[in-house]
Amino acid sequence: MNIIKKFKAVIVIILIYIGLIFWLPDTAAKSFSVAVDYAKEMVFIIPPVFILMGLLEVWIPKDKIQQWLGSSSGLKGILISFLMGTLPTGPLYVAFPMTATLLKKGASISNMVIFLGSWAALKIPQLLVEIKFLGVAFTLLRFVLTFTVIVIIGIIMERTLSNK
Amino acid sequence: MVTIITIYSILAICLVFSFWKNKQKTFKAFKIATKGFLKTAPSLFMLLGIVGLILGILTPETIERLIGEEAGFLATGVAAILGAITLIPSLIAFPLAGSLLRSGATIMTISAFITSLVMVGTITAPMEIKSLGKNFTLMRNGLSFLGALFIAAIMGVFL
Repeated sequence: MNIIKKFKAVIVIILIYIGLIFWLPDTAAKSFSVAVDYAKEMVFIIPPVFILMGLLEVWIPKDKIQQWLGSSSGLKGILISFLMGTLPTGPLYVAFPMTATLLKKGASISNMVIFLGSWAALKIPQLLVEIKFLGVAFTLLRFVLTFTVIVIIGIIMERTLSNK
Repeated sequence: MVTIITIYSILAICLVFSFWKNKQKTFKAFKIATKGFLKTAPSLFMLLGIVGLILGILTPETIERLIGEEAGFLATGVAAILGAITLIPSLIAFPLAGSLLRSGATIMTISAFITSLVMVGTITAPMEIKSLGKNFTLMRNGLSFLGALFIAAIMGVFL
């Protein structure tokens, strides 16, 4: 019963796929092949990420995280969060559990917003593709503006959410 | 490929170090990893299903048709919304943006599409909520959407 409840949304999606097979077989085939592509990627990326999270949990003491990424880490915290985010470490969905672990260990909300934002929008391999197709000026301006906006969002969220 | 190599190299270094320092702690880390994985597994499956559906319906050709022919602010708005609800790998998104640009879309529209694509994650929101809570997720994505529009506006003026 519990398992059914947990996978309720998954079952709904499977039903939608089955419906699509009858309604729009072309779309169903395309959707299915996209899902398989993503599944292949996940199979390789998910296990190491979770193991790294486990290692982080047992090895890095709370006061270190607080010192590096806590609310009084200032510019250093922003820089570390930004650099961690830009490393080529995979899609955004693996960053959420990681962020949760870091928050639990004392990282500040603003630094984690910067971390997630850089992870999603300022990844190094992604920037190289961007330069190739949209040019250096576009990429550079977007980089600077995005970083600024992410830091501002981080500060706003820190102010609103950490008061509770 | 770069991603996989990076991630596995980091993992290998950390694991060797961890085993060498303390076996017990390493096993505990594996335990935590399994627990964390089982907790997120349902939302991972859901994510897969939804990504498939959305990309199956909103193919690059469809997106091109939706924002390539229109011009002006309406197109920019549509581009921002499409960017927010889709999850397209950068290897497909940037070439698509490049070809949209050549086919006549404005810089503002392209920027809106790219910035909201990378900053706002509607598809990944259920996972984000599970890990980080509703308030955090709604606020981060809401503000990011506004931020994406703001960035697009500035880029449209300067480029």
